[in-house]
Amino acid sequence: MDLHKQPAHVLHDMLKNKEIKAAELTQCFLNRMDSLDGKVASYITKTADAAMEAAGKADEIIAQNSEIGFLTGLPGAIKDNICTKGTKTTCASKMLETFIPPYNATVIEKLNAQNTVILGKTNMDEFAMGGSTENSAFFPTHNPWNLDYVPGGSSGGSAAAVSAGFAAWALGSDTGGSIRQPASFCGIVGMKPTYGRVSRYGLVAYASSLDQIGPLTRDVTDCAHIMNVIAGHDASDSTSINASVPDYTKSLVQDVKGLKIGIPAEFFTDGMDKEVAAAVNKAIEDFKAMGAEIVEISLPHTKYAIAAYYLIAPAEATTNLSRYDGVSYGSRVEGEDIVSMMTNTRSEKFGEEVKRRIMIGNYALSAGYYDAYYLKALKMRTLVKEDYDKAFAKVDVILAPNAPTTAYKIGSIINDPLQMYLQDVCTVPLNLAGLPGISLPCGISSQGLPIGMQIIGKALDEATIIKTAYTYEQSKDFSKKLSEVAQQ
Amino acid sequence: MKVTKKDVENVAVLSRLTVTEDKINKYVDEFNNFLEYADVLQQVDTASVKPTAHVLPLKNVLREDVIKPSLARELALSNAPEKEDGYFKVPRIIE
Amino acid sequence: MSYEAVIGLEIHSELKTNTKIFCGCATSFGAEQNTHVCPVCLGLPGVLPVINKRVVEFAIKAGLALNCTINKFSKFDRKNYYYPDLPKNFQTSQFDLPIAEHGYVDIEVEGKTKRIRVTRIHMEEDAGKLVHSGNTIKDSNGSNVDYNRTGVPLIEIVSEPDMHTAAEARAYMEKVKSILEYIDVSNCKMEEGNLRADVNVSLRPVGTEKLGTKAEMKNLNSFKMVESAIEYEIDRQEEILDDGGHIAQETRTWDDGKGITVSMRSKEQAQDYRYMPEPDLVPIITTDEEIAEYKKNLPELPDARRARLVDEYGLSEYDAGIITNSRAMAEYFDDVVAAKVDAKLAANWIMGDLAKNLNAESKTIESSPVSADNLAKMIALIEKGTISSKIAKKVFDEMWQSDTDPEKIVEEKGLVQITDSNAIEKIVDTVLAENPKPVEDYKGGNAKSIGFLVGQVMKLSKGKANPGVVNKLLKEKLDK
Repeated sequence: MDLHKQPAHVLHDMLKNKEIKAAELTQCFLNRMDSLDGKVASYITKTADAAMEAAGKADEIIAQNSEIGFLTGLPGAIKDNICTKGTKTTCASKMLETFIPPYNATVIEKLNAQNTVILGKTNMDEFAMGGSTENSAFFPTHNPWNLDYVPGGSSGGSAAAVSAGFAAWALGSDTGGSIRQPASFCGIVGMKPTYGRVSRYGLVAYASSLDQIGPLTRDVTDCAHIMNVIAGHDASDSTSINASVPDYTKSLVQDVKGLKIGIPAEFFTDGMDKEVAAAVNKAIEDFKAMGAEIVEISLPHTKYAIAAYYLIAPAEATTNLSRYDGVSYGSRVEGEDIVSMMTNTRSEKFGEEVKRRIMIGNYALSAGYYDAYYLKALKMRTLVKEDYDKAFAKVDVILAPNAPTTAYKIGSIINDPLQMYLQDVCTVPLNLAGLPGISLPCGISSQGLPIGMQIIGKALDEATIIKTAYTYEQSKDFSKKLSEVAQQ
Repeated sequence: MKVTKKDVENVAVLSRLTVTEDKINKYVDEFNNFLEYADVLQQVDTASVKPTAHVLPLKNVLREDVIKPSLARELALSNAPEKEDGYFKVPRIIE
Repeated sequence: MSYEAVIGLEIHSELKTNTKIFCGCATSFGAEQNTHVCPVCLGLPGVLPVINKRVVEFAIKAGLALNCTINKFSKFDRKNYYYPDLPKNFQTSQFDLPIAEHGYVDIEVEGKTKRIRVTRIHMEEDAGKLVHSGNTIKDSNGSNVDYNRTGVPLIEIVSEPDMHTAAEARAYMEKVKSILEYIDVSNCKMEEGNLRADVNVSLRPVGTEKLGTKAEMKNLNSFKMVESAIEYEIDRQEEILDDGGHIAQETRTWDDGKGITVSMRSKEQAQDYRYMPEPDLVPIITTDEEIAEYKKNLPELPDARRARLVDEYGLSEYDAGIITNSRAMAEYFDDVVAAKVDAKLAANWIMGDLAKNLNAESKTIESSPVSADNLAKMIALIEKGTISSKIAKKVFDEMWQSDTDPEKIVEEKGLVQITDSNAIEKIVDTVLAENPKPVEDYKGGNAKSIGFLVGQVMKLSKGKANPGVVNKLLKEKLDK
């Protein structure tokens, strides 16, 4: 039996039933990483020793207990912008190439409390800025379905690792689609929880009012289990919502009868790939057949979301990234005085896309342009959010494509920033509105690349979108399809 | 509103970044492309719309004034590019 | 031409909380470098701030005590600038919706009351400390950074440019300090930088309205420095304007050693702080009920206390002003008069001998060796006539050395005043007999020589004779 081909919940059951040992399972993933990650390049840092040690400890716990945490002994991967005490956290940037956090992110503390196994830190677009993982300062990650293609981004390393069978599960972060879009490109399930549902403490900030950590998994069941572990209030994060967290596994039931699913016309743009549109439309038909009620809705400000997002996110990013100055941590490039040291450090150690967004952000915030750009964008954010408020008065969930296309070839649009930004059209509105969304596979293109769709929920209503996604997933076999690399 | 070379230079200073002469025109073009696109926002009258910096309905998230342990100094300084006698060290400051 | 100076102050006051504004690190002064730091105040990647409840409480109290309106919706913003003592390269501060606005402070200069408007009060974090390795910043090959002070909570109190002289600015700062002490939100130890001011000074021709170009002097942390720097700056600008020159808009530092201000950096190109809402913090909402509750719980403030001392005890405005200027002194006064002794006498002793001794030994009134209780007992002894004011000075000095009960001192040292006329008469007779010359002089019309005779009687009685009785008896006998 190929362990790496199993979803996490199957492996969990095997661990719990003592059919396998965590050490054995961990070794299986480490072996695959050694032999196959050379061509996928999903990990920046592999923590084999720590993983084996954690697995050993997990095995002791499993031996002594009949009930264990879902993640106990279950090997996973962490996006390299989530701080891990004692393990390098680089954000795929030369700036933090040697940075070792002296503290753990809250989600890492929660994982540790379950005695999970962390295999390593995954590749990403530098500081989560990008949608292809080509903006990593170290190397691009390749799509396990076809190595010539991007895995999506910015959580491309996490998505590729899960899709390639280099980890049973992974965590990523989503600021404008960075979990949902790579999940979609790599044929797996990804969830961006409601803003404030999962603690951001220890997530290296890109755009603070938009960032959210979430799981990337093989299927919806795994997603529900991991949400159970990571969701919940955290006193260290002032933007964390103090609301009770339901048991998401209770949503793993097939039931969409009478569910009102909104279909926003604005998401089906002219530029959309025909195969993607067809796959999503097919899913709509399938839901109808399963008893859901399909409702046409309008989200009229969707077309302004990209512009608003690409002003708000860089404005927040520019201040969040001011701290990287060579003074007290991170890289330093010498200079004859403090100003030149800071300037040299930032100029040499930030990549092009990061610099571009820092500069756009500063432009939008600077005197004379604040009202025209930044403030205008914040007002547009209000209108985008109101669109959803109105829509959710009529429907339970919204179904939409995840990206206008399937994965594209490495290098194909990296040199056209605006073109890159426009790819985020389906994902950024949720971040602006703070809403939860789950991405799941709904087709395979003629080129053999996965197609994904997203199901969007009301604030704090992850349970309903998990149920909706689960019902669809169980009626199809897309989640059982394995990537090229996973089949090796 | 066309972005000029001068604008890009100013923003580079605010960003503590050097923009080399060979790249400056590229930045000017990219800025203009993006801002031209962002001008779609001007199509919408937002005079009576309140800005949203936060989507959360949260307020008054406060903590008690209770001391928690600080980091051991060695750990606090562990990532420092340069340190001296328990201090972070930086090049000279000329103002 | 004659000019009018226009002066505004930005007073920064560190709040006396246990912990920093956004993390649980201790704020205590004088710790070893970089030992009161954590990931949050070091601004490490991924950290988030959480507001210290007490900071908000203290800021609201300060707002109310300075007669401000409390903003029911207040929020934090990021003020962006690069400096190595600021780990995030932005200061978390407040921009358009500060906690309090539109207040005022009444000051008194040369007997006249004047109202200085307070523009706003906002909460923010302090920066770290730079230690330069060379003798001067110029020959330093580098600087060392200590982040212990980073994140210590501050309130910044911004005044309108309503002051016109150095004395007014000083009086304003003294008054603000006094109010902050009364409401107990800051230690106000200026030598530790708890209270410091940035001062803006500009000149304009007398009778004109338009403001001149201002120079800003940063981080003045004593009243004397504020006064001297303003006086110097007024002279400097006047000289430039008289010579037909222009004042540069700039930041200047006060060189205390040389007694001059020196240009630090030019503000010609105004700093662009690119304020933006702090996305990691949520708004502070205060209700009318909460504000009413804070108001109700405010202690008596200096002005009210001063009026009370005038009303209740008949003190002069001036004396009441001095006593209520410091909360500790006002409390000491209240403790003394609680024993129902004469209030004016109490005021005189507190402002006189007590203040003089405290000053001489650089002690604060809280650590006074003479307790309020003992001072009250001593004053009661004067009132009863048990001791004279002169003897009281001896008793006071004894108390200063040992803080003993004054009754015990009087008893042990035999300092009880002689008021018995018979006993005094005997001494008077002796003195008159032994000093024929002054007696002759007096009778010959030199009334002053009675003073010498009084002195002799007091000397012979070892200071214990009641001076009133001595005078009366001497006069009676000489005028016979």
